[in-house]
Amino acid sequence: MSQLVFDPSKVMDFDYTRRTEYLEGLEAIQAAHKVLKEITYTPSLPDKGYTNRTLYVNVGSLEVKEKPVTQQMKDVFIGGRGFGLFHLWNAVKPTTRWNDPENEIIISPGPVAGMTQYAGTGKSLVVSLSPQTDIPIDSNVGGFYGPLLKFSGFDALELQGKSDKDIILFIDGVKGIIRIEEAPTDPVDSHVLAEVLTHMYAENEKDLPNISVVSTGAAAEHSLIGMLNFSFYDRRRKCVRFKQAGRGGIGTVFRDKRIRALVVRGPKVAGDLNHPADPETIAKTGIKYHKEIRENDGSQCMMRRNGTAHIVEIMDAYDLLPVHNFQYGSHPDVHKIDSSYWQQRCTQHTVDGCWYGCSMACAKGADGLVLKTGPYKGDMVTVDGPEYENAAGLGSNCGVFDPDYLLELNFYCDTYGICTITYGTLTAFVMECYQRGILNKSRTGGLEMTWGNAEADLEMMHQMARGEGFGKIAGLGVKKMKEHFIKNGWGDPQLINDIGMENKGLEYSQYMSKESLAQQGGYALTNKGPQHDEAWLIFMDMVNKQLPTFEDKAEALYYFPLFRTWFGLNGFCKLPWNDVVPANNSEQPEAHKVPEHVQNYVDLFSATTGIKISKEDLIVQSAKVYNFQRVFNIRMGKGLRLHDAAPYRSLGPVTKEEYESRAERYDQQIITEMGLDPAGKSTEEKMALHREWRTGRFSQLMDSVYTRRGWTLDGVPTLARLKELGLDAFPEVVEVVKQHL
Amino acid sequence: MILVNEEPLDWRAGMTVRDVLSARNYRFPLLVIHVNGALVQKQDYDTTTIPDGAVVKVIHLISGG
Repeated sequence: MSQLVFDPSKVMDFDYTRRTEYLEGLEAIQAAHKVLKEITYTPSLPDKGYTNRTLYVNVGSLEVKEKPVTQQMKDVFIGGRGFGLFHLWNAVKPTTRWNDPENEIIISPGPVAGMTQYAGTGKSLVVSLSPQTDIPIDSNVGGFYGPLLKFSGFDALELQGKSDKDIILFIDGVKGIIRIEEAPTDPVDSHVLAEVLTHMYAENEKDLPNISVVSTGAAAEHSLIGMLNFSFYDRRRKCVRFKQAGRGGIGTVFRDKRIRALVVRGPKVAGDLNHPADPETIAKTGIKYHKEIRENDGSQCMMRRNGTAHIVEIMDAYDLLPVHNFQYGSHPDVHKIDSSYWQQRCTQHTVDGCWYGCSMACAKGADGLVLKTGPYKGDMVTVDGPEYENAAGLGSNCGVFDPDYLLELNFYCDTYGICTITYGTLTAFVMECYQRGILNKSRTGGLEMTWGNAEADLEMMHQMARGEGFGKIAGLGVKKMKEHFIKNGWGDPQLINDIGMENKGLEYSQYMSKESLAQQGGYALTNKGPQHDEAWLIFMDMVNKQLPTFEDKAEALYYFPLFRTWFGLNGFCKLPWNDVVPANNSEQPEAHKVPEHVQNYVDLFSATTGIKISKEDLIVQSAKVYNFQRVFNIRMGKGLRLHDAAPYRSLGPVTKEEYESRAERYDQQIITEMGLDPAGKSTEEKMALHREWRTGRFSQLMDSVYTRRGWTLDGVPTLARLKELGLDAFPEVVEVVKQHL
Repeated sequence: MILVNEEPLDWRAGMTVRDVLSARNYRFPLLVIHVNGALVQKQDYDTTTIPDGAVVKVIHLISGG
């Protein structure tokens, strides 16, 4: 075990106030705006966390109206992801697809969001029908938009319809104005657009932090993997920065609706804007937590210094870092992109948080990057991160170990509006297809997609942003690329399906799950697709051996997805839960759940809303929304056992070289797990034994998990489970389920 | 021989908790360690020796992003 030691003398010297500015031409851009609709409304602050209003905007018909937030909505759906799913259910039909006008984008921060006394309280949840999966996607995001939306008077923003011209929706939560403007000449890419709009809508320099912009970029117009950037103004750097609602292509829906940007101007943020029921408890809980961060973070995860990138070298050490499209779990060049490097490369003398009061402050920034390629070649920019997922996805998984290229890939993903996780996984798939002859130069239009070729990687991304060439095909995502390659007869269909790392149409995030059955379920037995924010059980299962039986794994795949869902109902960030722990945590029963922090969350919810809950109630709150979402998937024609199937690469070794690279481990498993003797067997024979064993136990895991969740073996919530959760109060929900029982 | 997270590891006289972590390349800083059911505090990793036949539990408190 080694603890990285921070050496301030090694931090690279970049002037964090210097970067290319894009404000020239702001007046002309503003002059071209044309007001299409303007209404006035009465701004209000929340009462006990809720404003009790939703803002509905149809960008096609220009209808703007307020809708009440009912007591039933609060009781069953809480807020955030719950409100998003509720509104979306009411907006769409089973036949609705992502690019139909009735599809919605809903942004909701949750009742606790906007609190400034505790860490990680600025999150919003964005919900829509996904162009990648054809089912609801939920994506959590930091930045200022969600909290400022709430402090402007709305618990949620519901966007429906399709405009025939590029528009901006501006909410002035100080003056009480909602305006839809045509925006014919606005910049396209986020880092330019958000800077221009922040200065355009701020009334003066002091007003800049009160503005937040939601935007995407050029690639969202030509791909299915577009994401949304939520801005926050960095007072120290004097620049606009972003957090991303990345997964599932919501940015693509945004541009399909011809929304150029959402802008909110909120009131100046203060500590009491939620008007909580019990401010003393909130203050006391926050002070205790901040002290814990201050005293423990330096000897624990060093989140304040390194952000989430601190686990790059940890994943590598445990053979869990995705390398070359999840074939391998470690690589000798990882030291070039691990946290010892990012600690030097990211600006360190300033606190980086994406919402007020977050003492964990893990939003790192790499300043002074001069771009080598693309439309902004030669510009000096600040890059947010890289976070772990970006370093692993854009880096090791594609064999890119040059940190400057990794930062450039990160930058262009952000400004073009591309999900970095999705891009990393789909590019790794393209590179492996290139390695195995499924792709070649003529099929990629000349791109040499070899491992580590960052220039070709960037060119593919620029093509995606221009809607040209192979980049446009890659922008369809792994699932549709697989179908395209198989249809063209470019390779063995089984191999293509085995190595294409998607489930439900969504690309895997950046962890190796081959040796953790529980994590295989943590990815595939999800509602929205394989994103680690539901359940991350690799260490509990594979390293700690805390989940020896199927029942143990099923219990973990019951509790943790529900526990983590709760963050997204309320506006919490997951990271402060367990990226620092109290000094005496190891003495607590169930230390891995960090019981003191769970109690903090119970206390913060109760103190904000005035509704007393227990840690058990917390799980029930989540279960209502989680099961509602499962039924929603079924309603959309998915959500059954067959849709939870996992690609074999996520379960075991697909290729001979993969097997032989860890032959000792795999041979040993044949002895201990299968009771057979590997001696005298060919690699192909041993691989076949593994496939049978691994797919069999995954199927057994599905049975155990569905049973624990109160679902049939086909993955359908039972009527008894719906009744237990009070979801039988929604006849439409019951009707959907009845058709599958 | 000792058992570390249910897998065998060769034992030697004077072996400490720190030695076990090194042998297993357990690098994550947030750990909860029990030796034969007794909690070992972080400050005692270098001085706590492991008896032969011990059952060592090393719980990593890591739960992803």
